[in-house]
Amino acid sequence: MAAAPASPWRESWRSFAANRGALAALGVFALIALAALLAPWLAPHDPVLQYRDHMLAPPMWADGGSRAFPLGTDELGRDMLSRLLWGGRISLGLGLASVLLSMLPGVLLGLVAAFHQHALAPVIMRVMDVMLALPSLLLAICVITVLGPGLANTAIAIAIGALPGFTRLARAAALAEIGRDYVTASRLAGAGTGRLMFAAVLPNCMAPLIVNASLSFSSAILSAAGLGFLGLGVQAPLAEWGTMLATARDYMERAGWVVTLPGLAILVSVLAVNLIGDGLRDALDPKLKRAA
Amino acid sequence: MLQFLFKRLAALLPTLVGVTLVAFGLIRLVPGDPIEIMMGERGLDAQTHAEVAHRLGLDRPLWAQYLHYVNQLVHGDLGQSLVSHAPVADEFKVLFPATVELAGFALLLAIVLGLLLGLLASLKRGSWLDQGVMSLATIGYSIPVFWWGLILIMFFSVDLSWTPVAGRIAVEYDVPRVTGFMLVDTLLSGEPGAFGSAVSHLLLPGLVLGTSTLAVIARMTRSSMLEVLREDYVRTARAKGLSSTRVLVVHALRNALIPVLTVVGLQTGSLLAGAVLTETIFSWPGIGKWLIDAISRRDYPVVQAGILISALTFIAVNLGVDLLYGVVNPRMRSNH
Repeated sequence: MAAAPASPWRESWRSFAANRGALAALGVFALIALAALLAPWLAPHDPVLQYRDHMLAPPMWADGGSRAFPLGTDELGRDMLSRLLWGGRISLGLGLASVLLSMLPGVLLGLVAAFHQHALAPVIMRVMDVMLALPSLLLAICVITVLGPGLANTAIAIAIGALPGFTRLARAAALAEIGRDYVTASRLAGAGTGRLMFAAVLPNCMAPLIVNASLSFSSAILSAAGLGFLGLGVQAPLAEWGTMLATARDYMERAGWVVTLPGLAILVSVLAVNLIGDGLRDALDPKLKRAA
Repeated sequence: MLQFLFKRLAALLPTLVGVTLVAFGLIRLVPGDPIEIMMGERGLDAQTHAEVAHRLGLDRPLWAQYLHYVNQLVHGDLGQSLVSHAPVADEFKVLFPATVELAGFALLLAIVLGLLLGLLASLKRGSWLDQGVMSLATIGYSIPVFWWGLILIMFFSVDLSWTPVAGRIAVEYDVPRVTGFMLVDTLLSGEPGAFGSAVSHLLLPGLVLGTSTLAVIARMTRSSMLEVLREDYVRTARAKGLSSTRVLVVHALRNALIPVLTVVGLQTGSLLAGAVLTETIFSWPGIGKWLIDAISRRDYPVVQAGILISALTFIAVNLGVDLLYGVVNPRMRSNH
């Protein structure tokens, strides 16, 4: 990195790091992700093991709490801390998986639509219009109705809900680049469509796509939790933050912690990702700054 | 203006066809035999199977079935519930006002508070008020709807006993159904206390559902106002000595509202999705809860109708916003 002009990525990082809130959010998120990743080593108990003698045990700072269950236990006597840690793997993993599952095909479809404006674009974009006619959570519910609930199906359902956003964005960004001289030059130099798409145009479309990826990551975490809460997502006994809340509501009068803790985990993660997303948008794409 | 309307409607046609195709396909893509699914029974013998297939028109080619389905839709026939055996359209008519009432209240709350907070934040840019409003707004659109609902219930209903936990009205009131909108019906009934009960039932779910929209509107209003306040025409208005209220309301706010309007249209989608979760938490008898209950009961005609209705509502609201946009900003009419 001795070159005099800073690389664009380095420059973006500098402008991202200047945003204190975004930097702090990145730190918080890194901690959460690390804790989730290290769940097998950090969790004091097996997340699905039921300690029938310790049902709804309060957290250790409350009356009657013990160090054995630092954040208390749920209605079946399962350790909350362990479930939250393992749940992080599922909730964040689902978010990541569904972003990848929607971003890769979405970007591909968007690029194809941008490069084949007459033949394929109308078909692709009309299909996206139809998908956009349903709010993404409802589209996901639609997909779950057909596929059935479960871990993989939740990821697929959320990905399908987020697909049109990526396709539209990629197409719009690519269309803005296609007319530029460097693309024409590359075409004249004999580059094929594939090379033009991925080597010339795509790298210059990354800024809005990365911003959208971070924002759809946070909404994917929310959707996954929402589906889990409705009983349409990840199924018990797997610990997922939303699924944990679905069963917890019956006990909220007696044991508030079974409700507050998983929700806080979701809120803090989503908040952190949203702040990172805002920071990325300001750093990578100053033009988008005004869009709330 | 009329031409603008027709153009927008024509552009919607492929989307409408697509949405009906999705609803039509949904029931046929569900794993299992469509005839048994539509009868809600398994293991039908061959003769009944053939009879039912013929009666429901399922022995005809797919395109004919689709045309038949669309024809039914146009005549207001949404099929029959497998569980209650009542026409889906009748159930829908009872439930839809409940959702409209809830979502309408949530939207009203979000627009009024969102505009107010966004406006205040933009005028006091950089102050603690601005920072506070913006921090709350960031939390507001990151908060999981269903958890927010549970927390509010825990605090206001369980701990403080201020608001009821579920439903649209207390059981002791028997309000005759006139419009389906509880706020209106309770007023019409003249029963003392009924209106108050309906309002208290609406407060929490309305707040829960409206929170993320409120946050988005506040953020959008703030950034849009900040942008407009920098414009030359605002400076001109100030320079020619107009009062600051007049500059603010007539020159700045009116123009700042245009992007906010778009946001309101887009937010209908998240209101519809949020209604599914909010209605489930508060046992609110609307189409969101209806849809989720139908999925768990495998009542596919209801699921099909619920999805179709949600999509149509979303499309209709966005069309409305587009038209309003044309009214507010005449330039839009010629461009599109």
